[in-house]
Amino acid sequence: MGDEQFPVESLHVLTFARAIGDDNPIFSDREAARAAGLDDIAAPLTFVQASAHCDPDYPLRPRAGEPWFGSGREPGTRHPELTRTLHAEQHFEYHRPLVVGDVLSWQVIPGDTWTKESRTGGVLEFRDFRTEYRDASGELVLTSRSVTAMTGPATGDR
Amino acid sequence: MTSFSVGQRFSKVLVEDLKRTQLVQYAGASGDFNPLHTDDMHAREIAEFPGVFGHGMLTMAMTGTLLTDVVGIQDVERFGGRFKAQVWPGDTLTVHMEITGITDDGQGGAGVEFSLSTRNQDEVEVFAGTASAHLEDYAEEHAT
Repeated sequence: MGDEQFPVESLHVLTFARAIGDDNPIFSDREAARAAGLDDIAAPLTFVQASAHCDPDYPLRPRAGEPWFGSGREPGTRHPELTRTLHAEQHFEYHRPLVVGDVLSWQVIPGDTWTKESRTGGVLEFRDFRTEYRDASGELVLTSRSVTAMTGPATGDR
Repeated sequence: MTSFSVGQRFSKVLVEDLKRTQLVQYAGASGDFNPLHTDDMHAREIAEFPGVFGHGMLTMAMTGTLLTDVVGIQDVERFGGRFKAQVWPGDTLTVHMEITGITDDGQGGAGVEFSLSTRNQDEVEVFAGTASAHLEDYAEEHAT
């Protein structure tokens, strides 16, 4: 189990629900959530992606004092992997609802790697990994499985 | 909640004329600040895309809102899918959801299977998914 923790907080859930255009009151109003049978305000089905905020090694976040590959005066630089990596698949399995007040820890389990020819003749490299998210008591809350696709360095495949 | 039947369909317009600002809003909420989604200059000149495009996870998250409009979020057991095509600023996305199976659990409840297809204004599928939910009091719902 990783040492990092992801506390599920109400303002963060509200911010996320706004970003995805969901005004379902179970994501913002404790009374509405309880009336719907939940213990507290619920987190949207994909909210656990936001645990990236709590991952100290997450590469897609600018950090003070460190170079960032996005644009400023100039358009930035190619990132050796991230510029050519796309999300291919995402699957969640829910063991119980994620609600405000939960504090999750997670463990990443690497899976298969395979290659496939792309529509433009380049090579796509796929990576599969699972992430198990557990609450403070160690109970499994949800399992995520992601597949990413990385295009070969020389192709402009999209 | 109403009762369900196999073949029953639902649809929802998820976003009309997707704005770049919403991509920034999602970046902030999710923590994914990939410049491919937030930095048009970088997306064009470095990554050689026509411009910024939507996070796949934003499309999936929006798609999931129909599921939790139709069933209780605590009943959802699985939700997943593939990202089929990129989503661009200006796109209008609509999700089409269908009930593909209902299985009586023998204890008064039922497992319900869904297929979900999110398409843009040109009917290009951008996300193809499936989901399942377990409704504990399905039989009672069905009887009323």
